[in-house]
Amino acid sequence: MIDISASVMQFLLAFVVVGPLIGAAAALLPAPPGLKGKSPEQAVLRHGVTVTGAVLAATIVLTLGFDHDQPSKMQATTDISWIPALDVRIHLGIDGISLPLLVMTALLTFLCALYSYFKMPTGPSPKAFVALLLVLESGTLATFAVLDLLLFFLAFEMVLIPMYFLIARWGGEGRGPAAWKFILFTLLGSVVMLLGLLLVGLNSGTFDMLALATDNGRSLTTSVQVIAVLAIGIGLAVKTPMWPLHSWLPDAHTAAPTVGSVLLAGVLLKMGTYGFVRILLPITPDGMHTFAPYLAAFAVVGIIYGSLACLALAKQGAKGDLKRLIAYSSVGHMGFVLLGIATMTPTGVNGALFANIAHGLITGLLFFLVGALKDRTGTTDLDALAQETGAALYGRAPRFGGLLAFGAVASLGLPGLAGFWGEMLALFGAFQPAQGLSRPAFLTFMVFAGIGTLLTAAYMLVVVRRVCMGAVGAVQQEGRALADVQGYEFAAWTPLVALTVLAGLWPAVLLGLTDPAVQQLLAGGTR
Amino acid sequence: MSSLAQSVVQSVDWLAIAPPTIAAVVGLVVLVADLFVRDDRKALLGWVSIAGLAAATLSLLPLLDGDRSTFCLRDDADVCSYTADPFTLVIQFLVLGGALLAALLSASALKEAKDAGRELPEGEFWFLLLSSAAGAALLPASRDLATLVVALEVASLPAFALVGLKRGDRRSAEAALKFFLSSVTATAVTLMGVSFLYAATGTLYLTETAAELRDIDPQLGTLAQAGVVLTLVGFAFKTAAVPFHFWVPDTYIGAPLPVAAYLSVVGKAVGFSGLILVTVVAFPSYADVWGPALAILAALTMTVGNAAALRQQATRAYSAVRLLAWSSVGQAGYLLVPIAAAGYSKDAERAIGSTVAYALMYAAVNLGAFAVAALVARAKPLNRISDYRGLYASQPVTALVLAFFLLCLAGLPPGIIGLFAKVTVFSAAVDAGLGWLAVVMAVNVVIALYYYLQWTAVLFRAPEGEPERHPVPAPLTAAIAVTAVLGIALSGAPQLVMRFAGTGLF
Repeated sequence: MIDISASVMQFLLAFVVVGPLIGAAAALLPAPPGLKGKSPEQAVLRHGVTVTGAVLAATIVLTLGFDHDQPSKMQATTDISWIPALDVRIHLGIDGISLPLLVMTALLTFLCALYSYFKMPTGPSPKAFVALLLVLESGTLATFAVLDLLLFFLAFEMVLIPMYFLIARWGGEGRGPAAWKFILFTLLGSVVMLLGLLLVGLNSGTFDMLALATDNGRSLTTSVQVIAVLAIGIGLAVKTPMWPLHSWLPDAHTAAPTVGSVLLAGVLLKMGTYGFVRILLPITPDGMHTFAPYLAAFAVVGIIYGSLACLALAKQGAKGDLKRLIAYSSVGHMGFVLLGIATMTPTGVNGALFANIAHGLITGLLFFLVGALKDRTGTTDLDALAQETGAALYGRAPRFGGLLAFGAVASLGLPGLAGFWGEMLALFGAFQPAQGLSRPAFLTFMVFAGIGTLLTAAYMLVVVRRVCMGAVGAVQQEGRALADVQGYEFAAWTPLVALTVLAGLWPAVLLGLTDPAVQQLLAGGTR
Repeated sequence: MSSLAQSVVQSVDWLAIAPPTIAAVVGLVVLVADLFVRDDRKALLGWVSIAGLAAATLSLLPLLDGDRSTFCLRDDADVCSYTADPFTLVIQFLVLGGALLAALLSASALKEAKDAGRELPEGEFWFLLLSSAAGAALLPASRDLATLVVALEVASLPAFALVGLKRGDRRSAEAALKFFLSSVTATAVTLMGVSFLYAATGTLYLTETAAELRDIDPQLGTLAQAGVVLTLVGFAFKTAAVPFHFWVPDTYIGAPLPVAAYLSVVGKAVGFSGLILVTVVAFPSYADVWGPALAILAALTMTVGNAAALRQQATRAYSAVRLLAWSSVGQAGYLLVPIAAAGYSKDAERAIGSTVAYALMYAAVNLGAFAVAALVARAKPLNRISDYRGLYASQPVTALVLAFFLLCLAGLPPGIIGLFAKVTVFSAAVDAGLGWLAVVMAVNVVIALYYYLQWTAVLFRAPEGEPERHPVPAPLTAAIAVTAVLGIALSGAPQLVMRFAGTGLF
């Protein structure tokens, strides 16, 4: 949109990746004079807001400088040799696929830092908290910005340690085992992924994603591709998470602190689906073709399974945890993303990328809301919240209740909000899958996924009814006052609401960016 | 000069043999000087030894310009007993540098023992350490089987004594005996293997053996094959490969901590460099014998080591050292993977380069972890993992450094060098078509992560009671600082060690 010189763009992208790391190191040092603030805690939390804010600003400038007429072209690229012996290059770049994810990551992390500034999760010192948050940001941003397979793996692994400590130190009940489950599942997946990446790299002679995508799998035999897709796919599927490898997710979400949940759902899960689009689709198309129907089948099972689990949790007397419920709903939503990818059509993949962003915004918002609800009432147990009559948020805290209802209907895919387009495009893709994929099978998947949307609507509305509605009098007699939305909460949540509406009403903003890039990715090679 | 003198007196390239020679000579000097130095000046011996090891390490510098050989056959200048090629130099650097760091640890350990009234004999200690280091430095340069066995013995014999040096400590004596008996058995087996090979080929030189084995009389085939397998045993023992690993945990706990650190790095280097020499240089034509054998050995070693490390209870006495001991067995398994891959791959030198790169990473961070363990042991002599609880609260830098070392060993960012060292090992296995071994290793990496991370997590937990502050001796601080700087520098520029994985070393 505006003309920014190439070297500035290069610097900005490098800053986006490295900046948080430097910020993390700085967070551990004592504050310099003049920046001491009211207390060391306040100073370091403010430092977190500043650094994530600067990174967000840098991504916004990157977006402005991005040549929107050529979203399929890699821009702001840096390519320097790092470890010649392993042929690892520091190769960074953004195109229409990675740019939205980059911006969303920077935004969500900034909002999390802002939220923590006012509402620090209970636990040990905020110093370590801010440092870990920044390392986490660097890892996720790097995942979306790197164009080298081994560097991708490095970035993929980089988020494990900070997330582990965020859950294990600042989490709620059952955090220890949940953190272990998270890290062991993802690590087991990612070492298998490493083997797949090595197989691809060693057989084709390069680890460069661009070169490999241009090659479009021509230098890899089908059998190598099949093994590679299996290995890499398992690693990515654990992260996504795909049913039946999802079992770490509900525990991790339930135990994680609010900002941990927001980042886990909003950003970390996207690393898995991004890998499918960026690595598996263009680099190993034949292998992907072999596994696409299975991937779609697992995705649809995930959709149905996720929504049934949510329905069971939402039932009265089930002692369902609201955080766990949203975690299971994530399994369903990511099922749509995987279904879109498995169709291997531009429509489906665009839908998947759209649903990715939408899920990040909406589920991020929902986790914020549920976290705030827990801070106010001390529980996320649906039965304890709603009791017999319903929690009556509309009456007791109308703005809060309204936001929760907004998040819920956005999540169920109401037309006009972000959740709608991604899922619809994914279903469209399944209606007409890529050549060579069995159409009847995908039609069946589409029907089941459609049933999934109905189930999603059902449990989301049950949640709204039980949490937002109800008789005010009955609850208020017990003397449980409830604060409405605070100023800082508005600040943290409004951007998410606004973007959800924007993406819902004007999907072309996103699709215009992703579509050309996806077309090229699926066609292979540079056009 | 007469021709007779020329034929009797060999010309020796003193520069080439300087590294092991300096270590040995300084060792002798220290032993003799011990007789004349007053008791309150014994610390001087330590500084002389440290300076000697530093000098030996520095003497590698002039050798960098090219390959040198000495002690060659008079009628064939290509067949030599001692060669200083890139492989030799990098392993000598590893061994001497490792010994230097272990010596830094020892200096403070000896002083502490003296203050506590449990004096260790200083002169003997330094003499033994330096002799062992000299043997270990000689080994990678040896290019004939006799020198190889002699070097192995020179490296091992002083180590037995070092382990048993704690006077009046029953556990130390028992550890030494266990170590001694099993090691002597292994060496004897190796010696038998060497004699079989000599019988079959008629030569001891590695390159000649390789040539002879290529077209050996079929009647001697079985003899040669048995010789190949038996020769490997002694080196597998030093590497602590399963099933020759039983001595490791007890020896590490019984020995003074710096000696355990020394064994875990230098002892292993002796083992795997010997293995590399005999397999890749001497027996390339028997790759179908030792390739699969080493692959199975590697898989067993890493699995047994990691499984045992996983089962260590944090509250048991010496659990930190025990864990490091078992994890070093697991790490030995990773070190063996590229050597096994060399048996399958066309480019064997490239594969073993991965072992060298991994060993360099491992040496730096493992010595670092031992150094921090030695530091903690000053306040908490039982050295349980639960003693590390709240280390971050009392000594934040030390805790962060230890966490970094442990994550390097686990191979997770921020331990980037650990991650890429594992990547080279994986890629050697995948390149050689050893997919199953790569998968076994992948599972092991996850198991290992569990116990490393558990230990790391303990460091950052809230401390029990008031943190105590103890003064930290300078040599220990130096050792921790050097290893930490190495680890961080390597994480920023992994190419420094990874380049060995890309080029031929011989």
